[in-house]
Amino acid sequence: MHLIVAAFVGLLFGIGLIVSGMTDPARVIGFLDLAGAWNPSLALVMAGAIAIGAVAFRVAGARTDSLLGHPMRLPAASAIDRRLVLGSLVFGAGWGLAGFCPGPALASLAAGSVKPLIFTAAMVAGMGVFELFERLAARRSQAA
Amino acid sequence: MIDWNHFTPWASLAGGALIGLAAALFILFNGRIAGISGILGGLLRPRPGDVAWRLAFIGGLAAAPLAWSLAAPLPQVQIDAGPAALIAAGLLVGVGTRYGSGCTSGHGVCGVSRLSPRSLAATGAFMLAGFITVFVVRHLLA
Repeated sequence: MHLIVAAFVGLLFGIGLIVSGMTDPARVIGFLDLAGAWNPSLALVMAGAIAIGAVAFRVAGARTDSLLGHPMRLPAASAIDRRLVLGSLVFGAGWGLAGFCPGPALASLAAGSVKPLIFTAAMVAGMGVFELFERLAARRSQAA
Repeated sequence: MIDWNHFTPWASLAGGALIGLAAALFILFNGRIAGISGILGGLLRPRPGDVAWRLAFIGGLAAAPLAWSLAAPLPQVQIDAGPAALIAAGLLVGVGTRYGSGCTSGHGVCGVSRLSPRSLAATGAFMLAGFITVFVVRHLLA
Protein backbone atom coordinates (compact mmCIF):
# COMPACT_ATOMS: atom_id res chain seq x y z
CA MET A 1 0.00 0.00 0.00
CA HIS A 2 2.77 2.45 0.88
CA LEU A 3 4.26 1.88 -2.59
CA ILE A 4 0.97 2.83 -4.26
CA VAL A 5 0.85 5.97 -2.12
CA ALA A 6 4.46 6.79 -3.06
CA ALA A 7 3.77 6.41 -6.79
CA PHE A 8 0.54 8.43 -6.53
CA VAL A 9 2.21 11.18 -4.50
CA GLY A 10 5.07 11.33 -7.04
CA LEU A 11 2.55 11.67 -9.87
CA LEU A 12 0.54 14.33 -8.02
CA PHE A 13 3.74 16.23 -7.21
CA GLY A 14 4.73 16.13 -10.90
CA ILE A 15 1.30 17.33 -12.05
CA GLY A 16 1.59 20.18 -9.54
CA LEU A 17 4.98 21.12 -10.97
CA ILE A 18 3.55 21.20 -14.51
CA VAL A 19 0.44 23.20 -13.50
CA SER A 20 2.51 25.70 -11.54
CA GLY A 21 4.99 26.40 -14.34
CA MET A 22 7.99 25.05 -12.39
CA THR A 23 8.90 22.73 -15.29
CA ASP A 24 9.60 25.77 -17.50
CA PRO A 25 13.20 26.89 -16.82
CA ALA A 26 12.55 30.27 -18.48
CA ARG A 27 9.88 30.99 -15.84
CA VAL A 28 12.16 29.86 -13.01
CA ILE A 29 14.91 32.17 -14.25
CA GLY A 30 12.29 34.91 -14.73
CA PHE A 31 11.58 34.61 -11.00
CA LEU A 32 15.27 34.66 -10.08
CA ASP A 33 15.95 37.68 -12.32
CA LEU A 34 15.26 40.49 -9.86
CA ALA A 35 17.08 43.05 -11.98
CA GLY A 36 15.30 42.13 -15.21
CA ALA A 37 11.66 41.49 -16.13
CA TRP A 38 10.74 39.86 -12.80
CA ASN A 39 8.03 37.20 -12.82
CA PRO A 40 6.72 36.78 -9.25
CA SER A 41 4.63 33.67 -10.12
CA LEU A 42 6.89 31.18 -8.38
CA ALA A 43 6.46 32.96 -5.05
CA LEU A 44 2.81 31.94 -5.32
CA VAL A 45 3.80 28.32 -5.96
CA MET A 46 5.66 28.40 -2.65
CA ALA A 47 2.73 30.15 -0.96
CA GLY A 48 0.23 27.56 -2.21
CA ALA A 49 2.42 24.62 -1.24
CA ILE A 50 3.31 25.97 2.20
CA ALA A 51 -0.31 26.87 3.04
CA ILE A 52 -1.29 23.20 2.66
CA GLY A 53 2.01 21.86 4.00
CA ALA A 54 1.83 23.92 7.19
CA VAL A 55 -1.45 22.26 8.21
CA ALA A 56 -0.24 18.75 7.31
CA PHE A 57 3.08 19.04 9.14
CA ARG A 58 1.31 20.40 12.20
CA VAL A 59 -0.84 17.27 12.27
CA ALA A 60 2.17 15.06 11.46
CA GLY A 61 4.24 16.61 14.24
CA ALA A 62 1.66 15.54 16.83
CA ARG A 63 1.78 11.88 15.74
CA THR A 64 4.41 9.17 16.19
CA ASP A 65 3.07 6.87 13.46
CA SER A 66 1.74 7.62 9.99
CA LEU A 67 -1.79 6.67 8.91
CA LEU A 68 -0.35 3.49 7.36
CA GLY A 69 1.53 2.67 10.54
CA HIS A 70 5.00 3.72 9.44
CA PRO A 71 7.25 5.67 11.80
CA MET A 72 6.92 9.44 11.32
CA ARG A 73 10.31 10.43 9.91
CA LEU A 74 10.57 14.14 10.57
CA PRO A 75 14.13 15.45 10.31
CA ALA A 76 15.77 15.76 13.72
CA ALA A 77 18.79 17.81 12.64
CA SER A 78 18.66 21.44 13.73
CA ALA A 79 22.21 22.74 13.28
CA ILE A 80 22.74 25.51 10.74
CA ASP A 81 26.26 24.44 9.83
CA ARG A 82 28.77 24.90 7.06
CA ARG A 83 27.52 21.86 5.11
CA LEU A 84 23.95 23.18 5.04
CA VAL A 85 24.82 26.71 3.96
CA LEU A 86 27.64 25.86 1.53
CA GLY A 87 25.65 23.02 -0.04
CA SER A 88 22.58 25.23 -0.45
CA LEU A 89 24.66 28.00 -2.04
CA VAL A 90 26.15 25.50 -4.52
CA PHE A 91 22.68 24.15 -5.28
CA GLY A 92 21.31 27.67 -5.81
CA ALA A 93 24.12 28.50 -8.25
CA GLY A 94 23.22 25.44 -10.34
CA TRP A 95 19.51 26.24 -10.08
CA GLY A 96 20.09 29.77 -11.38
CA LEU A 97 22.40 28.58 -14.16
CA ALA A 98 19.89 26.31 -15.93
CA GLY A 99 16.54 26.95 -14.23
CA PHE A 100 16.17 23.31 -13.16
CA CYS A 101 15.95 21.88 -9.66
CA PRO A 102 15.58 18.12 -8.98
CA GLY A 103 11.76 17.76 -9.05
CA PRO A 104 11.07 19.65 -12.27
CA ALA A 105 14.03 17.92 -13.96
CA LEU A 106 12.59 14.47 -13.21
CA ALA A 107 9.09 15.64 -14.17
CA SER A 108 10.46 16.79 -17.55
CA LEU A 109 12.36 13.63 -18.52
CA ALA A 110 9.46 12.19 -20.51
CA ALA A 111 8.36 15.51 -22.02
CA GLY A 112 10.26 14.89 -25.23
CA SER A 113 13.30 17.17 -24.99
CA VAL A 114 16.87 15.92 -24.59
CA LYS A 115 17.93 18.83 -22.35
CA PRO A 116 16.30 17.57 -19.12
CA LEU A 117 18.07 14.24 -19.74
CA ILE A 118 21.46 15.95 -19.94
CA PHE A 119 20.75 17.94 -16.78
CA THR A 120 19.45 14.91 -14.86
CA ALA A 121 22.40 12.71 -15.87
CA ALA A 122 24.81 15.41 -14.65
CA MET A 123 22.78 15.82 -11.44
CA VAL A 124 22.92 12.08 -10.67
CA ALA A 125 26.65 12.14 -11.47
CA GLY A 126 27.05 15.02 -9.00
CA MET A 127 25.18 13.05 -6.34
CA GLY A 128 27.45 10.08 -7.10
CA VAL A 129 30.57 12.22 -6.68
CA PHE A 130 29.24 13.43 -3.31
CA GLU A 131 28.51 9.85 -2.25
CA LEU A 132 32.03 8.76 -3.21
CA PHE A 133 33.62 11.57 -1.19
CA GLU A 134 31.43 10.73 1.81
CA ARG A 135 32.50 7.10 1.73
CA LEU A 136 36.17 8.00 1.36
CA ALA A 137 35.89 10.44 4.28
CA ALA A 138 34.14 7.79 6.41
CA ARG A 139 36.87 5.25 5.61
CA ARG A 140 39.61 7.74 6.41
CA SER A 141 38.09 8.62 9.78
CA GLN A 142 37.73 4.91 10.57
CA ALA A 143 41.38 4.28 9.73
CA ALA A 144 42.55 7.21 11.84
CA MET B 1 9.86 45.95 -13.17
CA ILE B 2 7.31 43.16 -13.10
CA ASP B 3 6.81 40.86 -16.08
CA TRP B 4 2.99 41.00 -16.15
CA ASN B 5 2.87 39.12 -19.48
CA HIS B 6 4.12 35.93 -17.89
CA PHE B 7 2.55 36.39 -14.45
CA THR B 8 0.17 33.47 -13.77
CA PRO B 9 -0.99 33.87 -10.16
CA TRP B 10 -3.86 31.36 -10.24
CA ALA B 11 -2.07 28.56 -12.08
CA SER B 12 0.94 28.99 -9.81
CA LEU B 13 -1.18 29.01 -6.67
CA ALA B 14 -3.15 25.94 -7.83
CA GLY B 15 0.01 24.05 -8.85
CA GLY B 16 1.59 24.97 -5.55
CA ALA B 17 -1.46 23.67 -3.70
CA LEU B 18 -1.13 20.32 -5.53
CA ILE B 19 2.55 20.15 -4.57
CA GLY B 20 1.59 20.93 -0.96
CA LEU B 21 -1.14 18.27 -1.09
CA ALA B 22 1.37 15.70 -2.37
CA ALA B 23 3.80 16.55 0.44
CA ALA B 24 0.89 16.38 2.93
CA LEU B 25 -0.26 12.93 1.78
CA PHE B 26 3.30 11.62 1.85
CA ILE B 27 4.04 12.66 5.42
CA LEU B 28 0.60 11.69 6.74
CA PHE B 29 0.35 8.27 5.05
CA ASN B 30 3.98 7.17 4.66
CA GLY B 31 5.67 9.30 7.31
CA ARG B 32 8.17 10.58 4.75
CA ILE B 33 9.36 14.01 3.65
CA ALA B 34 8.74 14.67 -0.06
CA GLY B 35 12.26 15.95 -0.69
CA ILE B 36 13.17 15.02 -4.25
CA SER B 37 16.96 15.27 -3.95
CA GLY B 38 16.90 13.12 -0.81
CA ILE B 39 14.60 10.51 -2.35
CA LEU B 40 16.76 10.29 -5.49
CA GLY B 41 20.12 10.53 -3.68
CA GLY B 42 19.15 7.78 -1.24
CA LEU B 43 19.16 5.34 -4.17
CA LEU B 44 22.92 5.80 -4.42
CA ARG B 45 23.26 4.34 -0.92
CA PRO B 46 20.82 1.43 -1.24
CA ARG B 47 19.65 -0.21 1.97
CA PRO B 48 17.34 -3.23 2.23
CA GLY B 49 13.67 -2.20 2.23
CA ASP B 50 14.54 1.38 1.39
CA VAL B 51 14.68 1.22 -2.40
CA ALA B 52 11.19 0.30 -3.66
CA TRP B 53 9.33 3.34 -2.28
CA ARG B 54 11.98 5.68 -3.73
CA LEU B 55 11.61 4.07 -7.17
CA ALA B 56 7.80 4.19 -6.91
CA PHE B 57 7.86 7.90 -6.06
CA ILE B 58 10.34 8.78 -8.83
CA GLY B 59 8.40 6.62 -11.30
CA GLY B 60 5.22 8.56 -10.49
CA LEU B 61 7.04 11.87 -10.81
CA ALA B 62 8.61 10.92 -14.15
CA ALA B 63 5.22 9.68 -15.44
CA ALA B 64 3.57 13.07 -14.81
CA PRO B 65 4.13 14.47 -18.34
CA LEU B 66 2.86 11.20 -19.85
CA ALA B 67 -0.30 11.25 -17.73
CA TRP B 68 -0.78 14.95 -18.49
CA SER B 69 -0.46 14.46 -22.26
CA LEU B 70 -3.29 11.92 -22.17
CA ALA B 71 -5.63 14.74 -21.17
CA ALA B 72 -4.13 17.89 -22.67
CA PRO B 73 -1.05 19.06 -24.59
CA LEU B 74 1.93 19.78 -22.35
CA PRO B 75 2.58 23.48 -21.74
CA GLN B 76 5.35 25.00 -23.84
CA VAL B 77 8.65 25.33 -22.03
CA GLN B 78 11.79 27.23 -22.89
CA ILE B 79 15.22 25.85 -21.95
CA ASP B 80 17.84 28.44 -22.86
CA ALA B 81 20.87 26.71 -21.30
CA GLY B 82 23.15 24.88 -23.73
CA PRO B 83 24.66 21.42 -23.09
CA ALA B 84 27.75 22.74 -21.27
CA ALA B 85 25.66 24.92 -18.94
CA LEU B 86 23.22 22.06 -18.34
CA ILE B 87 26.07 19.73 -17.35
CA ALA B 88 27.68 22.32 -15.06
CA ALA B 89 24.29 23.15 -13.52
CA GLY B 90 23.43 19.47 -13.02
CA LEU B 91 26.73 18.79 -11.26
CA LEU B 92 26.26 21.81 -8.97
CA VAL B 93 22.68 20.81 -8.17
CA GLY B 94 23.68 17.18 -7.55
CA VAL B 95 26.58 17.95 -5.22
CA GLY B 96 24.91 20.96 -3.56
CA THR B 97 21.60 19.30 -2.71
CA ARG B 98 23.33 16.30 -1.14
CA TYR B 99 25.87 18.39 0.76
CA GLY B 100 23.12 20.77 1.92
CA SER B 101 20.67 17.90 2.66
CA GLY B 102 17.83 19.15 0.48
CA CYS B 103 16.44 21.22 -2.36
CA THR B 104 13.41 23.35 -3.22
CA SER B 105 11.03 20.55 -2.16
CA GLY B 106 12.63 19.18 1.02
CA HIS B 107 13.85 22.47 2.49
CA GLY B 108 11.76 24.99 0.50
CA VAL B 109 8.32 23.33 0.80
CA CYS B 110 8.43 20.74 3.59
CA GLY B 111 11.01 22.44 5.81
CA VAL B 112 9.52 25.92 5.56
CA SER B 113 6.07 24.42 6.23
CA ARG B 114 7.48 23.04 9.51
CA LEU B 115 9.16 26.41 10.21
CA SER B 116 12.44 24.51 10.60
CA PRO B 117 15.18 27.14 11.17
CA ARG B 118 17.61 24.88 9.31
CA SER B 119 15.38 24.75 6.22
CA LEU B 120 14.64 28.47 6.39
CA ALA B 121 18.41 29.10 6.33
CA ALA B 122 18.90 26.63 3.44
CA THR B 123 16.04 28.20 1.46
CA GLY B 124 17.47 31.67 2.01
CA ALA B 125 20.90 30.47 0.89
CA PHE B 126 19.80 28.76 -2.32
CA MET B 127 17.49 31.62 -3.29
CA LEU B 128 20.30 34.11 -2.69
CA ALA B 129 22.73 32.06 -4.80
CA GLY B 130 20.05 31.75 -7.51
CA PHE B 131 19.46 35.52 -7.58
CA ILE B 132 23.20 36.21 -7.73
CA THR B 133 23.84 33.61 -10.44
CA VAL B 134 21.07 34.93 -12.69
CA PHE B 135 22.27 38.50 -12.12
CA VAL B 136 25.83 37.58 -13.08
CA VAL B 137 24.84 35.47 -16.11
CA ARG B 138 22.14 37.81 -17.44
CA HIS B 139 23.38 41.25 -16.55
CA LEU B 140 27.15 41.10 -16.06
CA LEU B 141 28.28 38.50 -18.61
CA ALA B 142 25.60 38.87 -21.30
